[in-house]
Amino acid sequence: MSRISERFKALRARHETGLVTYITAGDPDLERTAGIMKRLDKAGADVIELGVPFSDPLADGPVIQRATERALAAGTTLPKVLAMLAGIRADISAPVVIFSYANPILRMGLDRFVEGARQAGVDGVLTLDMPPEEGEAFRSAFTGAGIETIFLLSPTTTVERIRKASELGSGFLYGISRLGVTGVRDTVDDSARELAERVKAETAMPLALGFGLSRPEHVKAVGQWADAAVVGSALVKVIAEHGQAPGLLDEVERYVRWLRN
Amino acid sequence: MAPSSWFGRRDPVGGYFGAFGGRFVPETLVAPIQALEAEYLKARCDPQFVAELQRLLEHYVGRETPLWDARRLSAACGGGRILLKREDLTHTGAHKINNALGQALLAQRMGKRRIVAETGAGQHGVASATACALLGLECVVYMGTEDMHRQALNVFRMRLLGATVVGVDSGSCTLKDAINEAMRDWVARPDDTHYLLGSALGPHPYPLMVREFQSVIGREARRQCLAQVGRLPDAVIACVGGGSNAIGIFDAFIDDANVVLIGVEAGGEAIRSGRHAARFAGGAAGVLQGTRTYVLQDEHGNIEATHSVSAGLDYAAVGPEHAYLQETGRAEYPYATDAEALDAFQQLARLEGIIPALESAHAIAYVLKSARRFGPDTVLLVNVSGRGDKDVQTVEQILTEADRVAN
Repeated sequence: MSRISERFKALRARHETGLVTYITAGDPDLERTAGIMKRLDKAGADVIELGVPFSDPLADGPVIQRATERALAAGTTLPKVLAMLAGIRADISAPVVIFSYANPILRMGLDRFVEGARQAGVDGVLTLDMPPEEGEAFRSAFTGAGIETIFLLSPTTTVERIRKASELGSGFLYGISRLGVTGVRDTVDDSARELAERVKAETAMPLALGFGLSRPEHVKAVGQWADAAVVGSALVKVIAEHGQAPGLLDEVERYVRWLRN
Repeated sequence: MAPSSWFGRRDPVGGYFGAFGGRFVPETLVAPIQALEAEYLKARCDPQFVAELQRLLEHYVGRETPLWDARRLSAACGGGRILLKREDLTHTGAHKINNALGQALLAQRMGKRRIVAETGAGQHGVASATACALLGLECVVYMGTEDMHRQALNVFRMRLLGATVVGVDSGSCTLKDAINEAMRDWVARPDDTHYLLGSALGPHPYPLMVREFQSVIGREARRQCLAQVGRLPDAVIACVGGGSNAIGIFDAFIDDANVVLIGVEAGGEAIRSGRHAARFAGGAAGVLQGTRTYVLQDEHGNIEATHSVSAGLDYAAVGPEHAYLQETGRAEYPYATDAEALDAFQQLARLEGIIPALESAHAIAYVLKSARRFGPDTVLLVNVSGRGDKDVQTVEQILTEADRVAN
């Protein structure tokens, strides 16, 4: 069984809500990303999503756009992200999912990327602008290397396409709990619950719900309907606020522990 | 007009022109884009929709636009006989209105009350604002702050027409960034909003739909050329940013194997990273903003900055059908530099009394440079995609600065 599936199985057995954390790789630099990942793991993150910075992040809101700009300015590239991960993978028990736009992977070359990802111990890949209809080449290459293909579901996703994503995808499904780009919101939308109910009616695959979550009560609310909550922009904001400060890693760990309470 | 004569040329297979095109969008947009495709395929076969668009093109836009036999320009070029397709004479002054009205009618048919659009030079923004004013739709136009500065007159025109113009100051603050922001807006409000994309770019069905709304240019020009000259042109020449005016005029000639199709890209200052927008001279295949096509990018797949004196050509990717036409050899894609376009801008004014848009001046520049290639008995059809009023100030500043340096 894959690391991702094992993790979700264990969560279900303990009746616990999982926590999926997103960070932008290379913000503020790759060395600190490595340190942040170790602390996320230590603080109990169930899955770590590692965002690959791309010049044109059209599905992201301002918080992740700025993180992306900082990461690119620090010279972050996809091969460097994989090399960093390879160096620390043995120290981290949580599954790691690469979160990318299609073009950096295509430019690196799909075969080269898959080989690098496999060597770095990547567990899954989510390609934001590669819906199942376009993603067959990616999916078969990932599957061949034992890497899971994670698909997104949104409030606009039809039942037919929920089925398609659950048949073609593996590991877990990532539900976008509301319309719009990434970013922090104060409350959990009703659309989160509606989406979760529609997904659960179609598949037993684990479901993580995200977009806009930032507080422990959000995580709890999402836990009523889904296997895990995704916290992204809010965590990226904590990293942005403490980016150059010596207390960065402690702040990240404290924030994630607070979310888990 | 029967639907079959309107649209009819090959649809892309599964959204692909050969290896180019597709639908690389965030999940939230898949369903709205599928709905758009389904509605478009219905609308283009609906005689009522076709008749209404035809009525607007004739009585509101002022079609058909003339085909002008440019004798003094022809003499100056020393090559063939040059015919100018006068899209600059449409209402709002550029070909963009053909597509804006088509898509706005489609949005209305889908019950959408709100339009978002991106704009580079401002011509598509003005066309969208115009179509929305006419049809009573809300209009929000995203525009890079660098372009707002370059095209201040068009910003004011859009506001006069009742549109909200939102400045985009991310990335290079130009067309590419405006498209990102328009897509972000659409992702947040897919239910009540239509994204009125202005060029033959983006996810399927936009490249198909925009081509078909612009194909009126080529249909008219082909008919006019046959009537005036008695035969087809030897070459059809148009500038290429995203490529909507070019695909619009090429469309009617694709099956005429003897007609050479030439798309002129923006060579900027020189073919050096960040200083031009000639995708075929310096780009590679990649995925940007929903489509697989030729893109100016670095070795890690990040999109490179572009430059052109004309805002409308200042874009890192080219429409996917142009990538296909280039790869199959059906069309060729040379470039004209900023300096050549500025010279052509002035020459056309003096020789023919026509001030073209700086975008269109790239096509004229190619003719000035290369007409001799075609010989004296040839016929060259050139698309003047827009008029140059919006560029007069920019050109004045550049020429004044050049004079100052020279003296």
